[in-house]
Amino acid sequence: MYWNKTIETMEHEQMQQLQAKRLRDVVEHMYQKVPFYRALMQQEGLLPQDIATLADISKLPFMTKQDMRDNYPYGLFAVPPSEIVRIHASSGTTGKATVVGYTKRDLGMWSEVMARSLTAAGVSKQSFVQISYGYGLFTGGLGLHYGAELVGASVIPVSSGNTARQISLMKDFGTTALACTPSYALHLAETMNEMGIDPKSTALKVGILGAEPWSDKMRNQIEASLNIRATDIYGLSEIIGPGVACECSQQQGLHINEDHFYPEIIDPLTGEVLADGQKGELVLTTITKEGMPMIRYRTRDLTVLDRSPCGCGRTLVRMSKVMGRSDDMLIIRGVNVFPSQIESVLLSLGETSPHYQLIVDRQGHLDTLTVMVEISEAMFSDEVRRLEMLERKIQTELASVLKITAKVRLVAAKTLERSEGKAKRVIDNRQI
Amino acid sequence: MIIQQISVFLENRTGTLAEVLATLHENNINIRAMSVAETADFGILRFIVNQPDKVEQVLRKAQFALRVTPVLTMILDDSPGSLLGRIEKLSTAGINIEYFYAFAVVGTERARIVLKVDALQEAEQLLGEFEEGQHREKEQETDFYW
Repeated sequence: MYWNKTIETMEHEQMQQLQAKRLRDVVEHMYQKVPFYRALMQQEGLLPQDIATLADISKLPFMTKQDMRDNYPYGLFAVPPSEIVRIHASSGTTGKATVVGYTKRDLGMWSEVMARSLTAAGVSKQSFVQISYGYGLFTGGLGLHYGAELVGASVIPVSSGNTARQISLMKDFGTTALACTPSYALHLAETMNEMGIDPKSTALKVGILGAEPWSDKMRNQIEASLNIRATDIYGLSEIIGPGVACECSQQQGLHINEDHFYPEIIDPLTGEVLADGQKGELVLTTITKEGMPMIRYRTRDLTVLDRSPCGCGRTLVRMSKVMGRSDDMLIIRGVNVFPSQIESVLLSLGETSPHYQLIVDRQGHLDTLTVMVEISEAMFSDEVRRLEMLERKIQTELASVLKITAKVRLVAAKTLERSEGKAKRVIDNRQI
Repeated sequence: MIIQQISVFLENRTGTLAEVLATLHENNINIRAMSVAETADFGILRFIVNQPDKVEQVLRKAQFALRVTPVLTMILDDSPGSLLGRIEKLSTAGINIEYFYAFAVVGTERARIVLKVDALQEAEQLLGEFEEGQHREKEQETDFYW
């Protein structure tokens, strides 16, 4: 089953022609409308006409998350504000969020790629889709929502949280497709067991699971416990949100919607473009976006591209499940967390050189984050009350910046592990 | 009388108290009084020594997070009611006690109290007046360390 057979089964040469034309358009659009990007091209001595073929893309500089912060909030918008119909954002490192804006056409494109993804995952008009991603500034909830509506499925917009209610709605409404993070899918199964409900007894057939990395081992666990087909969906708000790529029935990699998102794999250290089949960092160019196009955006996700024919008949290039990150970003309960965010919170509480360590664990099927903070003389007090207040203050600040709850533990000075003088910031004990 | 108390952060794991005590022992320091306040995750060791400046240096060198806090001390008769009168004096004046610890030494018939209060100077003055009312001599700092 395809949503858009023409595109999804297009011959490679034809796809490249389409991509090349769209690339030229988006570069021209960015050069004309975004002063920041024009300056970036001028620094490289480039004019829009220098980008004629797909191969020319490697002449263009990369864009990064830092560019979004530097241009906060609207500096990268390529249309007048009146053309923007939706704004999403993710939490930022120093309190500043990374902001993305969509035009009406962008939202249409997003729904289209989501409809393709959902169809590939096995969702149809007959499906009841329960969306357990958070609705709001996070792109997960609304992205899935509009795609599922476009497919014509019956959408149940539960949003995240309240597991017992999720389960009773799932039973009562006859949910057949579940959209949430893979760890939450396992948590649902476990909670059903605790409630005396057989997780295999529901009407569920497929899971559209994303927003965090997961392994094939975890897929087997989810499929066995819920008796569903678990499909991986990939996306990032900087590019569009979920729907950049999605698995098909073959579960042999995620088809990238490359008529909208042109993929490259680079060596994260040198920036050099790598051949298909080589592992590296995924770089994406939004070749059709109007509101806020990104050109050669470094996703920091490590993967491999595969152009071999797929059993499903789609010709869209496939990326492997994300194998890791080329930076220190952590994904905890589907939320992106940078160690630098924690550092900035500690700094804002008056700490000059906070020594801290993050311990990430998976208890049951849910991630936990513990922030160990080395106590300094400035923080220390002879009164228990004051130290407990300090712990609570750090915890409250972290929750507001990270959007997830972290446990704070004060530890003795100079006790956290340092490797070669450099602090070892993260200990990730999760077996994913 | 006001003297200097030293507090050290103790992580809640085996051996942390021993680490502090070993450092003091190596430097031939005798502890006169001590207490530990604890929570689920950590503790605060508070103690009185007769050379607080030296101890501060020694512990800082050993990289302990520490704090030197002025606290109020009293020496009183080891007999029923002797503490009550003094504490009542403070509470009547609206002085709040953050924490306190006490110890009696066998054979001396005197008990020693360490108090952390929110109005240190005022509390000291009140207790001095109290002692005078009891026709007792004001204690000397050296008496506390005995």
